[in-house]
Amino acid sequence: MIGLRKKLSGGQRAVLAAPYLWIVVFFLAPMALIAKISLSHPAETRPPYEPTFSIDDGLAGAFAKARTLGFDAYRALADDRLYLDSYLTSLIIAGVSTAIMLMIAYPFALAMARAPRRYRPLLIGLAVAPFWTSFLIRVYAWIALLKDEGLINHALIALHVIDAPLSIYATNTAVVIGIVYSYLPFMLLPLYSALERQDPALREAAADLGGSPWQVFVRVTLPLSRPGVIAGCLLVFIPAVGEFVIPDLLGGSETLMIGRTLWNDFFANRDWPAASAAAIVLLALLIGPLLVAERARLRAEEQPS
Amino acid sequence: MLDEMPLLCVEHASKRFGAVVALDDVSLKVDAGEFFALLGPSGCGKTTLMRLVAGFETPDSGRVLLGGRDLAGAPAHKRPINMMFQSYALFPHLNVFDNIAFGLRRRGASRDAIFARVGELLDIVQLQNLGARKIDQLSGGQKQRVALARALAPGPSLLLLDEPLAALDRKLREETQFQLKDIQRRLKTSFVIVTHDQDEALALADRIAVMRAGKIEQVGSPIEIYQRPKSRFVAGFVGATNMIEGFVAQDNGGWFVAPFGRLMRAECALRDGARAALSLRPEQIVVARDGDGVPGVVEDIAFRGETTQLRVGVVGREALRVSCANGSRFSLGEAVRLTIEPDAGVLFAEAE
Repeated sequence: MIGLRKKLSGGQRAVLAAPYLWIVVFFLAPMALIAKISLSHPAETRPPYEPTFSIDDGLAGAFAKARTLGFDAYRALADDRLYLDSYLTSLIIAGVSTAIMLMIAYPFALAMARAPRRYRPLLIGLAVAPFWTSFLIRVYAWIALLKDEGLINHALIALHVIDAPLSIYATNTAVVIGIVYSYLPFMLLPLYSALERQDPALREAAADLGGSPWQVFVRVTLPLSRPGVIAGCLLVFIPAVGEFVIPDLLGGSETLMIGRTLWNDFFANRDWPAASAAAIVLLALLIGPLLVAERARLRAEEQPS
Repeated sequence: MLDEMPLLCVEHASKRFGAVVALDDVSLKVDAGEFFALLGPSGCGKTTLMRLVAGFETPDSGRVLLGGRDLAGAPAHKRPINMMFQSYALFPHLNVFDNIAFGLRRRGASRDAIFARVGELLDIVQLQNLGARKIDQLSGGQKQRVALARALAPGPSLLLLDEPLAALDRKLREETQFQLKDIQRRLKTSFVIVTHDQDEALALADRIAVMRAGKIEQVGSPIEIYQRPKSRFVAGFVGATNMIEGFVAQDNGGWFVAPFGRLMRAECALRDGARAALSLRPEQIVVARDGDGVPGVVEDIAFRGETTQLRVGVVGREALRVSCANGSRFSLGEAVRLTIEPDAGVLFAEAE
């Protein structure tokens, strides 16, 4: 911040202010609104919560209304097994998916980064090619693949690998498959960029000093790709926790992910305060790992000075 | 060097990259304890030759032998050869100690042995207190020394150095040259240095191989290379020289006829009238204010500290580079006389 205290021209200030303004208007203000709703009470009104503030209240009226705000929704959240289970299931499904994606994407990214330079743009193009089709359609396609009379079961039965169809569709496994499939490029690209940046001379130096190919990977390539691993994991883990479409389409009735529970509370039960409180808690849960990662990054950057 | 086989033997090595011939039937011997330089302009194949020895490239044909053992099929990590990279290639995620210990750990040395050996190397390169430093906290000169220590740590029988001083500024480079030579002499390890800098090669090496376009032009001691270059290329590449075009005259003894006069060549085997070129070093031309030498005019003066370089215009040719001691002060435009000792310089037949 000290660096910013130099004199800036009006134009420079405006340019610097623009992104902050954007965050305030489109992120912080809606967040504040949700936080306020989470402190309200459900009601048979429109919008379905109390109190609602208006300019006509006057200062005293607004103050009286503000006193009715409370943490009831949060208390209800803590008492409700459904929410606890939803959070846990979401974190577990997102965590398992992230781990699987890391294991699939790492060798892919490595192969891309080591491919001849002229093929790399093509490989990146192929990696993001699925984005050219609607996300919804691709998730629907997985239903056709996974369901009991779907393509995968047909093929496996025809090949006599299995006798009875595997019931994957409408389970947590199907949700994990869907998330892994949909989010893989977001894991792949940061890994690729971290691996591609590595100086090949470092690997040669490690080999020259007696490192076998495996040792070179474990001692040099892997530790140097850590920023890419962290970025990729955050990039897929955070949206996966709050994922709604994939569990809704591929999950079963037992798939309790927070996005779905939240949706139910908001639209089916019209309990806006409960849904808002759930959203705020989710945000708090996700900011945790982000802060940890950011602190690790800052520590790594501070050390040289 | 009376005895046994040489430490490193490259036999008829060739290597192509697509249409580019990087090495063309190169043979080379390096003795144990020798400081050897591969010198040449960029693209001459010296780096390819070094990478071939390190095991990062395989020759299309020919062999590399170390202590008589054929290294074909031995990957880089199984060769008792270490390399110091031009970019240093220090591991940014490890500190100085762990960088130097890297090679020792790969061979499973004990903690105590590693501690002792790294301490020893930090002493050698004079970085005693910097073991815990991160790589990006080091200056360029310190990085260079860590890279040297890391490559020396496993105790290789042969150390390859790829342009080890190129990234240093001039003053530091000269200091480091002496340190490098000193370390090599103390450890008695064979050093093979790749460089495009003739001063570096002349100052450091016991023997130099001058390379050009994938071939070795000449191998010899620095004095041999400087005083008796075998080709015009070597004469021009190593050290400053005046390449004077002319022809040979055989009457009353041998003569080289330069545009500005006749120079006596007692031992000249070329026939009368043969076109030839004479390579004359700047210090082989003596400049004086009077006398009966070749007349010339001082066109340019460059003070070099210990010597002064003059450019002296003579008849029929672009100016000659002449080096003289600082005692005699010449001024721009002054008329001078140049004398050249009989048989000074090296004569090349025109065929090249």
